[in-house]
Amino acid sequence: MPSLQSLRRKITSVKNTQKITKAMKMVAAAKLKRAQDRILSARPYAHKMREILANLSRRVNRSAHPLLQKRTGNKIEILVVTSDRGLCGGFNTNIVRKAVETLREHEGHGHKVAVSLVGRKSRDFFRRRNWALRQQWTEVFDKLSFEHALDIGQDLTEHFVKGTFDELYVIYNEFKSAIQQRVIVERLFPIEALETDGTAAATLGGSYEYEPDEEELLEALLPKHFQIQAYRILLESSAAEQGARMAAMDGATRNAGELIKKVTLHYNKTRQTAITKELMDIVGGAEALK
Amino acid sequence: MAGKLLLEVITPEHLLLSKQVDEVIAPGTDGEFGVLPGHAAFLTTLKIGELQYKIGDTWSYMAVLWGYAEVNPTKVTILAEIAEKAENINVERAAQKVAEAEQRLQTGGLPSDLKEAQISLEKARLRKKIAERTRR
Repeated sequence: MPSLQSLRRKITSVKNTQKITKAMKMVAAAKLKRAQDRILSARPYAHKMREILANLSRRVNRSAHPLLQKRTGNKIEILVVTSDRGLCGGFNTNIVRKAVETLREHEGHGHKVAVSLVGRKSRDFFRRRNWALRQQWTEVFDKLSFEHALDIGQDLTEHFVKGTFDELYVIYNEFKSAIQQRVIVERLFPIEALETDGTAAATLGGSYEYEPDEEELLEALLPKHFQIQAYRILLESSAAEQGARMAAMDGATRNAGELIKKVTLHYNKTRQTAITKELMDIVGGAEALK
Repeated sequence: MAGKLLLEVITPEHLLLSKQVDEVIAPGTDGEFGVLPGHAAFLTTLKIGELQYKIGDTWSYMAVLWGYAEVNPTKVTILAEIAEKAENINVERAAQKVAEAEQRLQTGGLPSDLKEAQISLEKARLRKKIAERTRR
């Protein structure tokens, strides 16, 4: 049986842990609020942008701009977006699992795969694996700004044009609600053309007219599109991360509470037994003196 | 009347406007253009300027600073870097900004600074103009 002292120590230690998890939950909740506001306000713009691009790529000649081309090559790149910090439940594990699954699938089709990473957690995982790592960005989530998205967007567009990869998939957590995240696999390159049936195409009219000219417009619009999408993905992931952490820490706080209860009960029982035993000893001793 | 246009104005910060309107006039890079329902589809970049839209007989105004516009027969989408509704612009502040920018232009400096000042002057003048327009 554990000694009273060790039980006391155990209780104190769990209580301290509980304090930490509680504090982390509070912090996550505060950060979540901010991250949530940011993603919710950034979404309409990004979605509209994608809509316009999807619409556009249906109408224009794909050879009009290098960023629009659709190559038949088999070089696939996966951009894995995880967090920098842990302690957020299944947040990173889900992403990494999905990433591995996707990688295997493409390998099965005979594609050449490479990985790019955002977040320290995915780096920790892929560093020890055999897939080719092309690029990594870490420590972006602490002070997430458009600059990071700019950086990522530029890198990706550059390498797509150069032919480093023919298709790029992004795997990230989408922020569904404060307690729900969804793992999303999204194809960023090449741009997905809008699927329309005949009637929709008719109402949308034929080809676009452009002002100023087509080339200039695409040159302005396309790089911007990828930056905006990168920004949205980072924001999604950052909001989802805080949500996941809050839920995980809430669970941990509750578990610690239960543990404290159990150990305290055990402690009290042990103490009671010790007292009873001592009393018996005293009574026994007094009897013997008579 | 061939029906209405859905006008949506979106900035990176939020969805500013989503309304059925009768007519839109927007500041394209190659000049202002007007859109009525049934307009041919086109795509353009926007410069600093005034976006006007008509619902019924009343015109409303908005400042847009750069961006893109997509026009479809039934829909106009404005993706602006910055957009402000006229009623949200503070006239005094806009006037003050105009003065500030003008002064900066006069004092001179590096070419890049001057260009920046020119742009902020343009922005400020636009804000002032739009804000004053709704005041009247």
